[in-house]
Parts: sequence; structure tokens; C-alpha cells
Amino acid sequence: MTETKTSENRPSETHTGVIGRPIDRIDGPLKVTGGATYAYENALEGAAYGYILGAAVAKGRIAEIDTAEAERAPAVLLVMTHRNAPAQPDFGPAVTPTVPEVFTRARPALNSERVRYYDEPVALVVAETFEAARAAAGFIKVRYDEEPGLYDLPGHMADAYAPKRTNAGFETDSMIGDFESAFAAAPVKIDATYRTPFEHHNPMEPHATLAAWSGNELTIHTSAQTLANFRAGIASTLRIPPERVRIVSPFIGGGFGSKLIAHSDTILAALAAQVLQRPVKIALTRQQMFANAGHRAEMIQQVRFGADADGRLTGIAHDVWSAASSFEEYCEQTAVFARSLYVAPNRVTRHRLVPLDINRGEWMRSPGEAPGMLAFECAMDELADRLGLDPIELRIRNEPAQDPERGVPFSTRNLVACMKEGARRFGWERRNPTPGRTREGRKLIGYGMAAAIRPNYIGAATAQVAVDRDARVTARLDMTDIGTGSYTILTQIAADSLGLPISSIKVELGDSRFPRTAGSGGSWGAASAGSALHNACNALKQRILKAAQSSEASPLHGASATEASFANSEVRIGQRSAGLADLIRRIAPDGFEAEGSVAAGATTESYKAYSQHSYGAHFAEVAVDCDTGEIRMRRMLAVMGAGRILNAKTARSQIIGGMTWGIGAALMEQTVLDRRYGHFVNHDLAEYHVPINGDVPEMEVVFLEEHDDKANPLGAKGLGELGVCGAGAAVANAVYNATGVRVREFPITLDKVLPALPVIAI
Amino acid sequence: MAKTDSRSGPTRRTVLEGGVATGVLLATGIPVHGEPADTVTAADSPTPVPTMPMSLRINAKDFAVELDPRTTLLDALRNHLGLTGSKKGCDHGQCGACTVLVDGRRINSCLTLAAMHEGDEITTVEGLAEGDRLHPVQAAFVARDGFQCGYCTPGQICSAVGMLGEARAGWPSHASADVAAASIALTDAEIRERMSGNICRCAAYPNIVAAIRDAAEGA
Amino acid sequence: MQSFTYERAASAEQAAAAVAARPDAKFISGGTNLLDLMKLDIERPAHLVDISRLPLDRIEETAEGGLRVGAQVRNSDLAADPRVRSRYPMLTQALLAGASGQIRNKASTSGNLLQRTRCPYFYDRNMPCNKREPGSGCAALQGFNRMHAVLGASKACIAVHPSDMAVAMAGLDARIETISPGGETRTIPIGDFHQLPEAMPHVETVLGHGEMIAAVTLPPPPAGRQVYRKVRDRASYAFALVSVAAIVEKSGDRIRSARIAMGGVAAKPWRATEAERTLAGAAASDGAFTDAAEAALAGAVGHGGNDFKIPLAKRTMRHTLAAAVESA
Repeated sequence: MTETKTSENRPSETHTGVIGRPIDRIDGPLKVTGGATYAYENALEGAAYGYILGAAVAKGRIAEIDTAEAERAPAVLLVMTHRNAPAQPDFGPAVTPTVPEVFTRARPALNSERVRYYDEPVALVVAETFEAARAAAGFIKVRYDEEPGLYDLPGHMADAYAPKRTNAGFETDSMIGDFESAFAAAPVKIDATYRTPFEHHNPMEPHATLAAWSGNELTIHTSAQTLANFRAGIASTLRIPPERVRIVSPFIGGGFGSKLIAHSDTILAALAAQVLQRPVKIALTRQQMFANAGHRAEMIQQVRFGADADGRLTGIAHDVWSAASSFEEYCEQTAVFARSLYVAPNRVTRHRLVPLDINRGEWMRSPGEAPGMLAFECAMDELADRLGLDPIELRIRNEPAQDPERGVPFSTRNLVACMKEGARRFGWERRNPTPGRTREGRKLIGYGMAAAIRPNYIGAATAQVAVDRDARVTARLDMTDIGTGSYTILTQIAADSLGLPISSIKVELGDSRFPRTAGSGGSWGAASAGSALHNACNALKQRILKAAQSSEASPLHGASATEASFANSEVRIGQRSAGLADLIRRIAPDGFEAEGSVAAGATTESYKAYSQHSYGAHFAEVAVDCDTGEIRMRRMLAVMGAGRILNAKTARSQIIGGMTWGIGAALMEQTVLDRRYGHFVNHDLAEYHVPINGDVPEMEVVFLEEHDDKANPLGAKGLGELGVCGAGAAVANAVYNATGVRVREFPITLDKVLPALPVIAI
Repeated sequence: MAKTDSRSGPTRRTVLEGGVATGVLLATGIPVHGEPADTVTAADSPTPVPTMPMSLRINAKDFAVELDPRTTLLDALRNHLGLTGSKKGCDHGQCGACTVLVDGRRINSCLTLAAMHEGDEITTVEGLAEGDRLHPVQAAFVARDGFQCGYCTPGQICSAVGMLGEARAGWPSHASADVAAASIALTDAEIRERMSGNICRCAAYPNIVAAIRDAAEGA
Repeated sequence: MQSFTYERAASAEQAAAAVAARPDAKFISGGTNLLDLMKLDIERPAHLVDISRLPLDRIEETAEGGLRVGAQVRNSDLAADPRVRSRYPMLTQALLAGASGQIRNKASTSGNLLQRTRCPYFYDRNMPCNKREPGSGCAALQGFNRMHAVLGASKACIAVHPSDMAVAMAGLDARIETISPGGETRTIPIGDFHQLPEAMPHVETVLGHGEMIAAVTLPPPPAGRQVYRKVRDRASYAFALVSVAAIVEKSGDRIRSARIAMGGVAAKPWRATEAERTLAGAAASDGAFTDAAEAALAGAVGHGGNDFKIPLAKRTMRHTLAAAVESA
């Protein structure tokens, strides 16, 4: 087996071929010098500053709102409330949205006296300065008629209902065979209920927008993962044609799924700019992001396994109850991965929602797998422990030959290879299968592992590519780079296809005037936009070849050979070749242009005929302080089988980022919803803990050589979320191995392991 | 149940109006070339906010500005001086994205007032490179992929530059076994601890550590 | 943040007088906590007196063999001072366990002592909080109180003081010197400086309005090994769940004396005098450490979410005492 090991990103030019090479990020120099301009930082003449005031109650209506003092405050230009905001469509009923509806529906702000969730905007102040706007927001007096609300998932399980479908259009339930009978008859059983908490994306760049009108054209500089969604949502909310809305988002300071739809900063900036007839910029504060920019919902997950004495699964059940908003449904596809991961004749997966008086959840990195695998892969560890079987061996014994629920073959599936290779590299044989027995000084040491699976999605995308008389190439598409490396891998794809140096390629992203793509989300970005660009480059090459053969001015005129190639800045047809720049100057001084597209994966034959996923195996070592219960990471390893790697350096960065999200979910991330007031209590970065540098140990990432020719023309699959999937479970399983304490309520903070830790003699 | 949200305590009208006579609405930071800062007043605008004149030295350039005393150093840089390299991630000293160097020391520019920095030498991420030549820490961040979205990066880099100075001066850290030792070895554990005030949600941490290690070793 | 006027103080006396002259004036030094709270309209001064450049930034030897730390000495400078590192290593450890490198470079000695609680209900103006708005109630008592006090709390407030530095200083019997508007000075033992909440949690220290901290004096270092141990949810950049500062002086196999202070458990750095008494003269053994920990937490009361702090504090104290004895 060949493999690409990238333990660290040493500057390296040793690979051949442009695709896959670990080249430095194209946008790197801009980002390290402060030259990359993010939404709020755009300078427009006369821009005014907006500041949002949020509701002080979680449910009720505004009985009275007194803005007089704010209006008189220095430098204030506008105080907008539901009484004077421009008319917008109503939000509409709480129905199960279709996939496009989620993104296109109107999302009005300051449209009603109703308060639907805590900190929902109730007023906007626009002033000449940020300081003046913020201060004046404090002068607004609001009296609420507060109503009792529901804020307690476990307390309202009786209200649970089955939505029509889950996020991404999956079936709500799946059922094969007779799980209950199989489970009742199984000689070995696991029935474990896990709880996963509310979590928040917390991209480093708060959601921000600068809106400017020119006549009836609206330009929105914002931080958006998916420009087409923003454009559609804003157009619906403002009741204008989408063509009159331009979205500009060349740099995005992280999104992780929280920038797939427009939020109140965008809507209110557009409205205020319209009222004032001048540009307006608004950023959510970090605190406001917790209520107003999405979250992962709290869930209760029951995982049941029935197995025979050899560890062969006879039944799998994964039931999920998730908190949801009472006014807009969002059902994370938490149990969907379980339909494809292990074989068993009897199976059931179900999703239920419990409506609460909170804002809607949003797509947080690895929706579905992140919370689902945290529970499911820990339960597998419980089963291995119960059977006295190695966790890797247990998974190998339940490896399916084809997709267990769809009954179609896998396009590629290297899960077993990932686990075996990982075990070898990690020194898995050193793991003591009896938990709580390995000590170094006053630290308990544990090893854990978990599998990773993440579906391959392709979104519809189009790319435009042009080459000029100097053989300089410009590629344009409304794709975004949220830190994933889109600029870089698209440059590599074009350079590879056209046989030109990296320096000849300019990739322009983040402008809705460019051809539409599916943007960044669901890990589909690289494969979708990359395939579109690949096809566009092929179309461009065909055009060039045709002209080269037919034009009398061409040095390749009349060349007729089936074999043509573009390499080393030359075009070769049969035995004849010409420099690309020279050729273009002679035959098309204005250069060439072409477009290329890919269709949405779900509509293709290949997608129907094959079960397409990326796979991996995570390994973790933790140390637990036996006096205090503090859990600290020692090292992590991920071995991934994820199709063709487009850039070994940025790919590795995606995976280590995901692994760190696994650490966060396993050990520290949790937003507490106050069951009395309905607000997220710890709504800032001091109290909501994301991993900091000191929490993250040495990490090794290995990509197995793989090319998935069923997935797309590039053979590549998504990486942005695979690193998260299962990573947290590997950490949690390591904590169990270290301590013998199985914590089923995430995150595993020290207070949950402490009571079970023995007092060890000093 | 009725609940009233009124944040306004005793209003500050008298104080505010006292400053109006000399009030300047918006000040655009311009390098000093013997001329005072521009005065911009919107024609149909309401009462202007009181401001105070201040001079700031940033990246070896002098700026004379009229700013609201409430303006933080970060907002002065980003909203008034066109220096948007320093980032606002939390505005409360909880993320480190706004880190700049003041007289060579790293601080959170969101938790300090611009007015408090008259007479200081302020360096932002825009002031580290020499022309097209990146500062060694900047170059190492590119080579090691010490970032993804790039938003925390200016703060990380300024923090790293300041931190390397602290380490050279022999300052211990929480990771140092013996805080009384005269010098410290900048191990990976030391780098991790010393860089823990800069959150990277993309989580490029191992690459940030590698970049700083390279820069420290002069690699 | 409400509007304020700003002045840079010329001298300590002038600064104190400037603040004393207006009930709505405040000192600003590092600003790392004050501006944080002003942005949320929790602190609303109308006038700020900038004392950060006053010549109170020196660390000087005292005649008795201790150190006098100027109020404006930055946390990072105090932590890095070679005399502090060698003679008061526990203080350096505590400082370096707090906040981040950036914040320590800005935060002052006096500001660290005066920082306010991080209770999330105190930080949210929509929530009841007796500390922020006397008489409005305490939302933490029945709410999310994982970070809250188990010692010295009241029905009015269960918030904790977030400082690490102050815990080490409490263990070192530091004295706080202040200067008043009239120029008069006084010295306050650190144990008397912070107030427990009782019925008035908004009154946090014994300072009068306009009274300014000028210096903190550290008495000569006590005999014995010093250890500061902080327990927190992540590896760095997090407030203490509990912390223990311990100095243990041994004589043969017995403990001659011990000084112990705890953080993260009360509205003030908590000096564990009962535990100290238990240890004095006892054999340096696991049993003595355990007894001391039990004595220290004897009066502790949990509020649900923070119940775990009681066993955690005991276990932390036990092993911290052991660590202090190890090479004492």
C-alpha cells in the first residue's frame, strides 16, 4: 500500500504533478500581512455603524418600546424597531422545509412585536460611529409582556414528534428486519443513552455585513459560505429580484456552517442602508452570536446493539431526540451515518424533535456525524468492552460488503485499512484492555479509537475560465474559501489541467457575479467547485485545440492526431508543439473563454448506484490527573481514506482542525440553556470553552492512497468534516480506558470522572 | 408578567453637551505632515459626539486624530485609521485576534483605549514586514500553514513576535518546571502555553507551534 | 459603553482627588476588566482617571526583607521579576496561571486585586444580580452555578473572586497600601481587603471612593516550599475551578507551620486557617494532609452545579500539600 504521510508541513517540492502537492496557500501572504479584507473592513465613503439591541426575554411580545432618548443621543442617525422598519414578508409557519426552501425563505428582522427567542433583535441603532450606536442602544427602554416558554429538552420529551425528513433531505426513520425481537434474543446487549449538549460554531470572525445601495441595486459585503443562499434569502426578505442583489465575500473568517444563511446583521444592514440612503455596516457581537447565528442542538441519543458471543451484530438501533425551535424546524441527521457504517440484519434509526422556545439550530461542522458518532462509537467501545474484544476487531467483524441499508456497493471503502494502519502507527498493541490500570506517576493513561465516516456530496456548480494572450489564466466562480484552501486547490486544478505554472493562474472567488456554485458547506466545496473547474478547463482546451488545428495562423494548423496534451506551457498535438502564449497570440489575440459544470450528486446515476463516503480511523491518548480528574490530550492520530488528496498541506490542516473539534466536543464544549429564562448562560469565549493551543497535542495525519472514480472526475472527496467524525469518540474512549469511568453526558469535564477516581496514596 | 429593559442609568447629557463646542464628528486618521486632521461633519446629522485630539504612533508613522474617548485602540485602528489587519473576534480579551505590540509588548488592543496610548510605539501586523520581505514569523506561518481562515492570524503573529521576545528575556511560563531558572528552553509545550491566549477555531495549533519553532530557531 | 471624559493623572494624590471629586468617576489602569464591563454597560463611569503611567511601577526591597510592589506593576513584570521568582515562586506561578500573555502585559497589580466576578449572571444585564443591581436577586443560586462559591457565600450572592494572584498574595500575608484624596495612606492586610457578600454583595472591598491602591507589600518570604496549583477546565486561559496556594515548613518529619489559601471557592481569596492549625506540629503524612483538607472545607456548602468543588478542593489541597512537602 502506498501512502502519503504528512506528519508536519515541511516546505516540500518533491512531489510530481501539481495536484496533491503541498504548496503553500495562494492567499497566505495576504493573510499573514493583514492584507486580506473581511466583510466589516471594507471602506465605503459615508458608511454608518449599526448596533443591534436584543430581547431581554425569550418569549412574549413587546408591549412598549421607547426610543426617544436613543434618537436624541449624539450622532444617532436612525433607530429602527418593528414600528418603523420597512415592510417585509412574514416569516411563515413552522413547517418542514425542503432543502432549497431553507435557503431561500425570507428571514425578516424587526418585523413583529413578537419575541420568539432570547436576544432576538428588537431594535437597531445606526450612528456615525460604532461607539455612539452602541451607547444609544442602551438608551432604548423596552417593556415586555413575557410568556412562559419551554426550554428544557428532557422535561418535554412528551412533546417529541417525527419531522417529515431530516436535514439534507434524508428519511426521518429507517427500519430493516425486526430489531426489537433480535435485541431481545441477543446474548450480548448494549443499551446506552448518551446526552450531547448545545454547542456553538464560534467562527473567529463574527457575522458582519456592509450593505450599500446604488439606485435599486444592493451590494452586500458579508461573510458568507454560500453566496447563492444569501442572495436568495435577502431577495426574498427585501422582496426584490435576486439579480439586483450582489454578494461579495472573498475572505471569510471561518463559518463551520454558521454562515450558510443570512442572519440579522445582513438583513438589518440592507434595510438601514435603504432607509438612510447610505452604506451601513453591522457586526453581531460575540455575545449576540450565541442566540442569533445558529447552534448545534442538545440531544438525547439511545444506542442499542444486540450481538452474538463473537461480536457479530444482530441488531443496531440509534434513536435521537433533539431540541428544536418552535418556529423553524431543523432536524440534524444524527443517526443517518449509522445506516451505512456496520452490518446487521435488524436495524432501526429514528429522529424526533422536541420544540423549544429557542432560535433554530444550524448546520454545525459535520452535522449528524459529530454528535451521532460521539454516542454511537462510544457505544461500540462499550460493546467491545462487554465482549472482551479489541475495539478494532469488533469493527472488522461487522464490516459490510455493501451498503447495509441501500444494498448498493461502496464506491471506495478503506475503513479496515485505516484502522489497521492506524493501529500499527499508534502502537495500539500497547493499550491495556483493562481500563484504569495504566499509570505514569499520578496520571492515568488511556488509549481510545473510533471509526470515521462522512458522506460524499456534490453540489451543482459552474466555473468560468479564461486564458489571455500571455497564457495567463483567470478562473471565476462564486465559490468561497472559508479557510479550507479553495483558492489554492482550484489554482492547482487549473494549473494541472492546462499545463501551466501556478503563477500563471488567478482564481477569483466570492462574488455572486461569477458563475454559481454550491459554495462551502457539507464538505462538498472542493469536489464540486473543483470538478466544475476541471470541466471548464477541459472545455477551454477543446476550444484552443480546435482553433489551433483550424486557424491558418496557427503553428499547429492542420495537425491531426488524436493525442493532444497541455504541459510545460506548451500545446502538443501528435508530434508537433507550440508555446501556449505564442499560439494564442497568433490565433486568438483576445484569448479564449469556456465554462464547465457539474450536476448535483444526488441526481447522478453514479450516486444512485454507489454508496459514497469518506472513511477514517481516529486514535487518541489521554492523561487523567488522578487527584483532580483533569483530562489532557497526549497525542492523536488520524488515518483517512478520502479519495484523491488535492493538496497534502491544506488537507492535513483540515483534518487536524476537525480532530481538535473532536477534542472540544468530547472534553469542553457546551452551551448551557437556562431552563428558567431561556437564554444561553455562557455566551462568550471566556465561558464557552473552545480548545486553546495548550489543549492540542501532537497530531499525526495519514492519507491512504485512494482515487474514487465514482465520486467525480477528480476522484476527490470532502475533508472539511471527516476529521471531526469519530474524533471525539476516540477521545472519550481513551478517557474510559484511562479511568474505567464511562461518562455518557458530554462534555466529559473533570467533575464527571472525579467521583469514580480512587484516592491514590501519596 | 411584565419585564422592563432599561439600560439607561443616569444619563450623561451634561457631560456630552459640554464637549459639543469643539465636537468633531468623524476623524479620519491621516499621517501628520504639518496639517491638522480632517474635520468631517455630516450636513443633516444630529448632535455630534464629543471627541478629543490624540496623536498615535503606529508602525513608525504619526497619526493625529480626533476621537471619541470611548474608542478602543482596536476600533481606532480598524474604523478610523484604515489599519484593518488587527481583528475583532470577541471585543472582550477572550480570543486574542486583536493582539498588537505596544512598545514591543503584546496586548489585546480591544481592552485598551486609544487615548491611553499617546506616546507609545504601536506595531500592528501591517508593520512587521519590510517591504515585500515577510517577517520571519509571517514567512513561517505561510510555510507551515499556520492558519486556515486567516482571521486570528494577525493576532497570532503579533502575539508570537511578542512572545519570542518574552522568551528571550527569560520570562518563565505556566509550562516552566522551575520558574526561578535563569533561562528557559522554548519547547513545544512552552510555545503551546505561551500562545494559549490566541484562539484559532480552525485549529491550526500544531502548525502554529511548528511555525513559531521554525522562526525561533531561525529556520 | 456610556460617554465619559478622560484625564491622565499627573500624580497619585491628584488622581485620588480627581476620582473623589465625582461620585461617577473611576480609576483606569490596565483596563482589562473595567473596559470589558463598560462595553456591556455593567460599569458606567462618566469620568475616567488614567493612573497607568503614574510612577508606581517599581518593585523595591523593603527594610524588613520583603518586596514592595507598585500598584502599576504589570502582572507579567511581577511574574518575571527575578526576586519574585526566587523568593515568592508561588506568586509567579499564580500570576502565570492567570489569563493570557497579552492580558498579563496590561493588567496591573491593583487592578488584579480589584477585578470583579465572572459570574455569567453578573455579566448579563437582563438577569437578576444583587451585585450589579442590589435587591434584584441572585440568578445563580438556582441557576447555572458550576463556577460558584462553596465558602463564605450568602443567599444574596454566590459569586467567586476570579484572581489567581490574590490567592498567592493571601498565602503570603501581603499588605495593601492605599492613598486617599487628602494624601493620607493606610495599610490593609489582604485578608481584610475583600468583603464577603453577606447582604451587600455589591460592596466588594473596604476601599473608600477615591481611595487608590499605591502598592502591595510582601513580607519576607516565609520558610518552606511554595506551591500554587490551579485546577481548570482547559489547559490554559480559563478561570480556576479551584486553586490552592500552599507553603509548608518542615522540621524533620513534622510540619512546623503551613500557610494555605484557596481560589475559586469564595468571593475572596480564602485563607484556610483551620487547615493550617490542623497541620501545625503534625506528622508530614497523607493523613495529616487529608485532615487539613477536611478542616478547610468543613463549612463548605454546594449549590448543585458546584457541589463537586468540595471534593475537588479537598483532593487538590491534599496533593498540593504533598507536593509542597516533597522537597521542603
